[in-house]
Amino acid sequence: MAAAIKQPGWIRGVLGAVLAAAFGFGLVVVLREISGLPIWQTEQTGYPHVVVPLVTGPLGFLAGFGCFDYWLRWAAGMPTIPDDHSQHGAKSWRDYFRFNTDHKVIGIQYICTTFFFFFVGGLMAMLIRAELAQPGTQIVDAATYNSLFSTHAVLMIFVFVIPVFAGIANYVLPLMIGAPDMAFPRLNALSFWMLPLAGLLFIGSFLVPGGAFDAGWTGYAPLSTGAPLGQSFFNLGVQFAGASSIATALNFLVTIITMRAPGMTFWRMPLLVWANLSTSLLVVAATPFIAGAQFMVLFDRALHTQFFQSAGGGDVISYQHIFWFYSHPAVYIMMLPGFGIISEVISTHARKPIFGYRLMALALIGIVVLSYSVWAHHMFVAGMFSWLRVPMMITTLLIAVPTGIKIFSWLGTLYFGKIHTYSTAMLFALAFIVTFTIGGISGVMLGMVPLDIHVSDTYFIVAHIHFVLFGGSVFTIFAGIYHWFPKMTGRMYDEKLGRVHFWGTLLGTWGTFIPMHWIGMDGMPRRVADYAAQFGDWNLLISCFAFMLGAVQLVFLYNMIVSWRFGPRAEANPWRANSIEWQVSSPPPIFNFDEIPRVVGGPYEFGVPGARHAIMGGEGAEVTKPEPTVVGQA
Amino acid sequence: MIGRLPIAKMLAATVALTAAISAVMLPINWDGQQASTAAPKIDTLLDVMIVLSAFVFSLVMVMLFYALWKFKAKPGDESDGEPIHGNTRLEVAWTLIPTIIVLFGAGYSWAVLHDIEEPAEDPLTVDVFSQQYAWSFSYPGKGNAFSEGELHVPLDRQVHFKMHSQDVIHSFWVPEWRIKKDNVPGITTTAIVTPDKAGAYQLICTELCGFGHASMRAKVVVEPPAEFREWVGGLKDKVPAPFLESIRQDTETNPEPLGAGGA
Repeated sequence: MAAAIKQPGWIRGVLGAVLAAAFGFGLVVVLREISGLPIWQTEQTGYPHVVVPLVTGPLGFLAGFGCFDYWLRWAAGMPTIPDDHSQHGAKSWRDYFRFNTDHKVIGIQYICTTFFFFFVGGLMAMLIRAELAQPGTQIVDAATYNSLFSTHAVLMIFVFVIPVFAGIANYVLPLMIGAPDMAFPRLNALSFWMLPLAGLLFIGSFLVPGGAFDAGWTGYAPLSTGAPLGQSFFNLGVQFAGASSIATALNFLVTIITMRAPGMTFWRMPLLVWANLSTSLLVVAATPFIAGAQFMVLFDRALHTQFFQSAGGGDVISYQHIFWFYSHPAVYIMMLPGFGIISEVISTHARKPIFGYRLMALALIGIVVLSYSVWAHHMFVAGMFSWLRVPMMITTLLIAVPTGIKIFSWLGTLYFGKIHTYSTAMLFALAFIVTFTIGGISGVMLGMVPLDIHVSDTYFIVAHIHFVLFGGSVFTIFAGIYHWFPKMTGRMYDEKLGRVHFWGTLLGTWGTFIPMHWIGMDGMPRRVADYAAQFGDWNLLISCFAFMLGAVQLVFLYNMIVSWRFGPRAEANPWRANSIEWQVSSPPPIFNFDEIPRVVGGPYEFGVPGARHAIMGGEGAEVTKPEPTVVGQA
Repeated sequence: MIGRLPIAKMLAATVALTAAISAVMLPINWDGQQASTAAPKIDTLLDVMIVLSAFVFSLVMVMLFYALWKFKAKPGDESDGEPIHGNTRLEVAWTLIPTIIVLFGAGYSWAVLHDIEEPAEDPLTVDVFSQQYAWSFSYPGKGNAFSEGELHVPLDRQVHFKMHSQDVIHSFWVPEWRIKKDNVPGITTTAIVTPDKAGAYQLICTELCGFGHASMRAKVVVEPPAEFREWVGGLKDKVPAPFLESIRQDTETNPEPLGAGGA
């Protein structure tokens, strides 16, 4: 037992969480006692003896679990424990439940954790659709309904779509650029372990008085500043998810900028790398804004600051400005990595170089720049200064241009290629082009102020965001998972089940979200548990498609689990792709490369006679020896 | 490269598909009944956008399915495609043409926006008060006549709604008018509507405001001016003190809609 407490791991982690939470609780009690305040403050926005342990407890867990061990020892002048890489790689499933600095293990930890939250969030969506199948309230009351759609959105956004891309890139990106690992492996592990904590805070809010947070994922003040205790769980969960995101983005930036294999210039980087570079630029600059906004809400709630209290001189609308200054770039954070995945999949399966590679990369950068100038299009009816609407409309519509470039370039890539559609990844990539075009079109309509005035906060918005986030982002996630599944697991998945999953998902997505446009324009507001009887038939149809969409995800789950365990062994390069990750075994060796590869050409040179992307170590050509890793030094 | 593609046929297919989609979609009245002067203008903008969107969608579909039909690999064909890396003229075209389309859309939208918010002579000002989960209204004259849960406005006269919230953000939406505006605590927001069709409508709250959000509705009656005057004359209630206070205290951060031109 004593040994278990000394070792970083679950026992010390739980102990750390309990001790730190108890410390936080004690601190509140003591400080309130000294100040002469009543010990228990149970106004719904208060509960300091819950909120403070919510901060200290997770930090205690991270410390106990071993996330800070190396740095703390180094900072305290103690001898650091040299990393002997013995924990690299995962020999059994148990290894995925440990603090591990191997980017491939972390990638899989990310993907499995985020898909867990995807299924929890999906179950909530099923409950939402069950409630909405008929007018009136049948299954949940209005307050619970508000909690359900709020938690559904928050889980899907903060602990599924954003981090699953970080997971896929974590696994694939270092291999793709010929790096042995991420630039900061310990920071990488810390980033991952903050993520389940965020998810648990979001889900845990269902257990507290007043129920889970219910002010929507947007958490507009002053509804959120006066909401029950669950809202504080949201405010704090976002901090952990956000810190995780920012640290990972920094890690990607440094990795991409400094750790590319010799010869890999910026114009030889695969587009997935470009996409993650762009995304990381968005994350590091934009995510602090939502962290700040949620801290301000938390302070308004718990410390009685007046940021968003009009009665105290605060400004209600400023919350929306700060929130959307993050959250509009956030939709590109949730889309750009997907663009990268689609480029890899389409080029490989069409056996063609990416059409207009440089313009594709520049379009990504264009989106990054423009996305900081469009936030107030979420606020056309919010009562902000009216003149601000027109410039925001123009920038919003202009962002369709780089997005259009990407769509047309993917189509151009298909021409004069040899298109193979045997892979489920390619099916999702092609379907993505169609659904994302529809989502883009409705986005342009929403960007036009007069149309937006009519449809904002209606089901048209719900339809649009699901077309871009489900038909867009989630389709690209599925494409990415299927594409790199052989690389990650060393096994092939079942293409037949993949096709069932694909067609079910496509039909389910269209059936669920297309009619939502219609009922929205016709007058059904969003975020309502009950609605006018005239929308009953459409809602019943939508719910039926939604249940089918939900059910078919179980086929995916089954396919992934069973194929991971029993699937046929995968070759190193089953799709005959060019990029470096396919030139090593499946799964890759523990340290990725015996010798760092040397990049000699572009990543998509299909059909170019004699063209090579990279010369791998041991191929006889002159290769650069990797620097020997110095262990045990900070 | 482009020369080897049946460009004329592909364009014809795109135009045909655009026409077919437009023919199906244009006759449908997507936004529901029209009951304000703004509604037909917004719906015409929607129709123009439907045709433009149908064109873009058709173009993508024709390009995609032609490629899938023409360039699908034969079974067992393991060769690569042609090493075409791009085409500058084509890339410039699909950068510039969408730019022109969206800038046209932006200009047209701006014009419509200006049009629907143009203040008229002698508007009627109605104060709107929202609170969890009820609407109330006050009308000029007779010491501010006050009604709860029922809004009456005269036919064919521009109404300026001055909105005040007592607690959280609510949003004022009458779908038949196509006009929506948030009611924000601490500030006065304005919406301009000219109802042009008599009848009864529903005012819907469209900003999440708590557990009663879905049922936060009010009745809206548009009637000839004489009937309106008579109805207001019959109102007995005075505006409650906190509401008067909010009219006095709320700052008009946004006093003039776009059309007023900073008057």
